[in-house]
Amino acid sequence: MAKTYFTEDHEWLRVEGGIATVGITDYAQEQLGDLVFVELPELGKKLAKGDTAVVVESVKAASDVYAPVDGEITEANTSLSSDPSLVNSAATSDGWLWKMRLADESQLEGLLDETAYKAHIG
Amino acid sequence: MTGDDTKHLPLEDLHAAAGARFGAFAGWSMPLTYPAGVMKEHLHTREHAGLFDISHMKLFEIRGSGAEALLNRACPFDAGALEVSQSKYTFFLNEAAGILDDLIVTRLGQARFMVVANAGNAEADEKHLRGLALDVEAKGDFDAKIDALDRVFLAVQGPEAWAALSRAGIETGSLLFMHGFEPRENWFMSRSGYTGEDGFEIGLPEADARNLVAKLLEDERVMWVGLAARDSLRLEAGLCLHGLDITPEIDPTSAGLMWAIPKEVRASGAFIGADALRSILERGPAQKRVGLKPEGRQPVRTGAALFDTDGNPAGHVTSGGFGPSAAHPVAMGYVQTSLAKPGAKLFADVRGTKIPVDISPLPFTPHRYRKG
Repeated sequence: MAKTYFTEDHEWLRVEGGIATVGITDYAQEQLGDLVFVELPELGKKLAKGDTAVVVESVKAASDVYAPVDGEITEANTSLSSDPSLVNSAATSDGWLWKMRLADESQLEGLLDETAYKAHIG
Repeated sequence: MTGDDTKHLPLEDLHAAAGARFGAFAGWSMPLTYPAGVMKEHLHTREHAGLFDISHMKLFEIRGSGAEALLNRACPFDAGALEVSQSKYTFFLNEAAGILDDLIVTRLGQARFMVVANAGNAEADEKHLRGLALDVEAKGDFDAKIDALDRVFLAVQGPEAWAALSRAGIETGSLLFMHGFEPRENWFMSRSGYTGEDGFEIGLPEADARNLVAKLLEDERVMWVGLAARDSLRLEAGLCLHGLDITPEIDPTSAGLMWAIPKEVRASGAFIGADALRSILERGPAQKRVGLKPEGRQPVRTGAALFDTDGNPAGHVTSGGFGPSAAHPVAMGYVQTSLAKPGAKLFADVRGTKIPVDISPLPFTPHRYRKG
């Protein structure tokens, strides 16, 4: 059974079998505006919590998306190479950014659940 | 700049009601995007008509028997050659021929001109103009009065701008590109803009502006367009943003803007910066402004360093982003004169990755001005 977590940096993680699928929230994609490019991570890259995993670029600006927990990249959403606007139209489903194998599942405890995230964005 | 100093548009309530997302620009709180988003706002402007609130820009009226001479001193152009209602793109230069601001000057009457200046430079421009008027008065040459006008300033841009204005009761028929006049008391309207499209810029009192905006927005051809799309539109059109693409450290020769300076003025004009400009012209500029087309989809943005194919520094990007109409990233910047040739290949450094960029002719999207 997958469980979904959120971060204060407006990311979501869906965790199943030690693998987290990560994306940005609908709130975040609205703030960024129309995305035109997503710089995807290399497979196998090891990230520490807080490292830049992906750069999303709107018409106007580039923004970093950080690794919410430690782990290793197992997959990147390559459909974003041809259609970065998927992040705008389907931020929490088809617009996912990457998958990572969790290095330490206990880090999930520090993340927000949906209720806490909604309270965070007001 | 602290929040307390931020200037607010007179029509801010209308933008808020339209769902605008605001951001800071040149000391103003400006609508960056509306709920349609930058992409749709940009494309709508190219296809129909975009309505922009550009009240952060400043209108100055200069009048008096010495107005013409003052402008000839302040700007590298020939104010005397301007016919009534004719507009010219020009600059204020410093003594080193650096661009203090770029402006549009329109002759309103025998001894009256309108100057439209950039938001971020408006205060300095006013001081500059007043200082010059005193200078010249001290020499007893002329008398000129400078008024900073309190106006809402709207731009209506796009192929259907004229039709939308006509439906709103404003006929534009005989007005051609780079011409302006005063259609009503305290109004100023010119056929000009910052998008590469046909369009109009209208300075008017706030109450009149509220009426006009309401009428225009009843028309489905018209939508509010924010500063984000204003920037992508002007970048595709190859138009400079002062502060990025042209600055007090950049002269009109390097910027490729010599078309704005008539030959006789280059040769014998007595404008500020004339000597410096002549010597730059004589030896040739060390760098030149060029269009840059990055390969692929990744935008190359302001500040990115440029390298030649051997990895030597070649210049830098001054403006860059994505062109929604061009459907690829677009940028401009400065490169060493020897490299400034269309088709030349360079590399831009983006977060450590070298992105191939081609030097590209400007504009990226053809201008569609109504010249006659």
